[in-house]
Amino acid sequence: MNIIEAPLSELKEMLDNGDISAVEIVRAFRENYERDEREELPLNGYIEFFDDAEKAAQKSDQVRESGDPGILEGLPIAVKDNILISGHEVTCGSAILEGFKAPYSSTVVERLRAEGMIFLGRTNMDEFAMGSTCEYSVYGPSRNPYERNHVTGGSSGGSACVVSAAQAPVALGSETGGSVRLPASFCGIYGLKPTYGSLSRYGLVAFGSSLDQIGILGRVPDDIALVLSVAGGYDPNDSTSANVDFSGIYPLKRMKLKGKRVAIPVEISEEGVDEEIRGKIKVFSDWLTGMGVTVEKISLPVLKLSVAIYYIIAPAEASSNLSRFDGIKYGFRDTTGETLEDLYVRTRTRGFGEEVKRRIFIGNYVLSSGYYDEYYKKAMEVRRLLKGRISELFTKYDFILSPTSPVLPFRIGEKVDDPLSLYLTDICTTFANLASIPALSVPLGLSKKGLPIGLQIAGNMFEEEKLLRVAKLWHEESNF
Amino acid sequence: MVKYSVVIGCEVHVQLLTKTKAFCSCENRFGGIPNTRVCPVCLGLPGALPVVNRAMVEYAIKAGLALNCKVASVTKFDRKNYMYPDLPKGYQISQYDIPICYEGYLDIESDGSTRRVRIRRLHMEEDAGKNIHLEDDSGLSYVDFNRCGTPLLEIVSEPDITSPEEAVSYVQGLKEIMLYLEISDCNMEEGSLRCDANINLHIEEGGEVFETPIAEVKNMNSFKAMKNALHYEVERQLKEWREHRYTLKDFGKITRGYDDRTGKTILQRSKEEESDYRYFPEPDLKPILIPEELIREIRQSIGELPREKRKRLISEYGITEKDAKILSSSVALSAYFERAAKGYREPRKIANWVITELGGFLNSEGISIEECNLPPVYIRKLVELIDGGKISGKIAKDVFAEMTRTNSNPEEIVRRKGLSQITDREELQRVVKGVVEGNPKSVADFKGGKDHAFKFLMGQIMKVTRGRANPRIARDILKEMLEDD
Repeated sequence: MNIIEAPLSELKEMLDNGDISAVEIVRAFRENYERDEREELPLNGYIEFFDDAEKAAQKSDQVRESGDPGILEGLPIAVKDNILISGHEVTCGSAILEGFKAPYSSTVVERLRAEGMIFLGRTNMDEFAMGSTCEYSVYGPSRNPYERNHVTGGSSGGSACVVSAAQAPVALGSETGGSVRLPASFCGIYGLKPTYGSLSRYGLVAFGSSLDQIGILGRVPDDIALVLSVAGGYDPNDSTSANVDFSGIYPLKRMKLKGKRVAIPVEISEEGVDEEIRGKIKVFSDWLTGMGVTVEKISLPVLKLSVAIYYIIAPAEASSNLSRFDGIKYGFRDTTGETLEDLYVRTRTRGFGEEVKRRIFIGNYVLSSGYYDEYYKKAMEVRRLLKGRISELFTKYDFILSPTSPVLPFRIGEKVDDPLSLYLTDICTTFANLASIPALSVPLGLSKKGLPIGLQIAGNMFEEEKLLRVAKLWHEESNF
Repeated sequence: MVKYSVVIGCEVHVQLLTKTKAFCSCENRFGGIPNTRVCPVCLGLPGALPVVNRAMVEYAIKAGLALNCKVASVTKFDRKNYMYPDLPKGYQISQYDIPICYEGYLDIESDGSTRRVRIRRLHMEEDAGKNIHLEDDSGLSYVDFNRCGTPLLEIVSEPDITSPEEAVSYVQGLKEIMLYLEISDCNMEEGSLRCDANINLHIEEGGEVFETPIAEVKNMNSFKAMKNALHYEVERQLKEWREHRYTLKDFGKITRGYDDRTGKTILQRSKEEESDYRYFPEPDLKPILIPEELIREIRQSIGELPREKRKRLISEYGITEKDAKILSSSVALSAYFERAAKGYREPRKIANWVITELGGFLNSEGISIEECNLPPVYIRKLVELIDGGKISGKIAKDVFAEMTRTNSNPEEIVRRKGLSQITDREELQRVVKGVVEGNPKSVADFKGGKDHAFKFLMGQIMKVTRGRANPRIARDILKEMLEDD
């Protein structure tokens, strides 16, 4: 019995049988985390491992003893540091939120807590979730568990890192343009970006509000299904949340693949995609074909525009969402100036990192009068077009398949000063956010050099279960 | 002599009296200890999301319909981005290109004739907090966020207003309707009704028309201030024209604040300093669909508006303009009057009782007409008792007091308390005789030419009859008796 390697389903069984306690589980993860902290190059997946996790586990054990355990009683989870947990700091990886304690909890956290889940800690991330490598964190980059000099991917790099390195069984991340799927792919685990509206955004610090969605990272599809079954569904506090019910999806049922149809858009699976990644995708699609699935290459030219419009819409919304960090109410404040203007400028100049400022500039530019029509409005029109095309595609196909990333995990520092090439790592992922559809990154195995490779499988709105069921079959097959 | 016309358009903000705020469930009430009526949503804390208050939408539709507006079948919210300490999110949730209501009008009276002021748009938005600057040497400023998220309507008129007086009656007209619909208390001092006016002059000279720079005048906290500020602005713009001949092309729009102490407007912002609000659709809220059915329902709930009602009350009941104005200020009050006046030939009298006596009673009790349980028909019965000579006007007031205390029928009160007037000549003669005999000194005084003695004797008669003597008959008898002697 190995606690830290066990999936949630096994931990749950062991807890139910009284073989282990929640306290033992928390301690096991804590020890593994602390052991790594003493390494020469610690993984740096957690910004904070909660001291009160063990206390919460004690309480959970008492609840279990009293005979009324929740669905997730005693099971632990790590949480990206942009999702509010009342009483704990929430920094978004930024200096500007230094010392800010969440005065309330996000809906997703509340739901998990209500079913007995224990929060292990806050995970590292690119500042305000803006980044693809987890290098833009004021707490330093997280390191890829497969190769410590390589990036984890981002922005939910900390969450992918701790799950991959057995410092947590599952983690919450957040997505705006691939921030769960990309690090999941780089760290060799599963990462689900749910449909826009499947999980409440209440208590998730906003980046691009029309694209943001809390995601779930895990080592097995069933673990993601279990968390989704509790965390998902309509929330009256989020007007954009959808009236969906995931409560019955765990454990995932077996799926009959025969007769299903899969589309592979050439725009995001061929040109510019690493040879090794293409090879692994071939293995997967051959497996599908062998299972009786029709796999077809298709062309969807509008996909080529998705990164361009993403980098208009997301920064536009971000520039507005981040206005509230002004040094007046909470977080960091620079008081060295005289005027209100000084306070704003100095607080934000020092409080925000370079990438965040870059996106605020872009956002303000594309929304400013005279440029609005040319950029923001046009981008929204293309987005509508893209949504329409994607929805048409799902009348003929069940899934859209592609790599999660066109490139293998790269070295820390390699692209940090080249924002454009970093933006291009999002080339396969952003369309799912723009079209509001669910997408799952599936680990396919390792490259020759031992770096993980991931595949993305996207489905129609609210078909998370379908994606996870395919992944479950693959998981049993591949044993990766 | 410069020939010119005044052009004014108004932007009026009205705070809505919904139970909760625009996008959260905080209580929506004026004042309170700073930063106590707040929550993560109206404080704009990281991660918090707005949820539209349905009542705000319904109030907006109601106001729009009352102002003869069209109602959008689909509307949405937008973000207006600007940074200020009292705006916790760094943007205001407002409406930009698709206001909930548009293209309406309000008729106002101006110099005895009716003028129509077109309304361009009416939209919903949230109020900001308040900055408090300490008036000591500390230089410290504080922010009170209690007002944050209070639902507002912004009502924008076309520039159809041609004088400061008209501007005042336009805003008064809006206020009357808001009060009537009970969607705002429109208290200018507390800021629940705020008006900014855009004003400039069209100057005719040498067959050409020149437009002076438009000034947006802010901080007019009463109707008086509004009138003064706009008159000041007319004079100022005239003077500026004479001295510099600046036109709209030179300056565009400027912002000026009115100072109530000096009666002047002061330059606050010129065109160059104007902010770019970078509006875009609020992604946290879905567009709002407004079904025909809802509009129909709300339209029905409005009924007759104050102005129409006033006209009808005057023509139908022949009451004065002043009384009609008071009665039409509330649906319940006018309904009460109409029920009381039904089938009575002199409605003026009823209006008088409803306004003066009933109004006074409600005021002193601090209750509203809705809370008043006195059946309207009792007012009419009371007036009929006076008409029929059953009771005097003075007794009637006592009966009224008893009536409001017990909510009972005035006829019943008069009977029970024996308050009906003594009109029987023989009975009165007995009374007068007794008084005359009992007050020989006063009788002597009267005969000696002292007129006030007569009043004293009348008083005695009333005292003996506890006010029930019919004064006219009693006076005649007293006169006769004194002269007979």
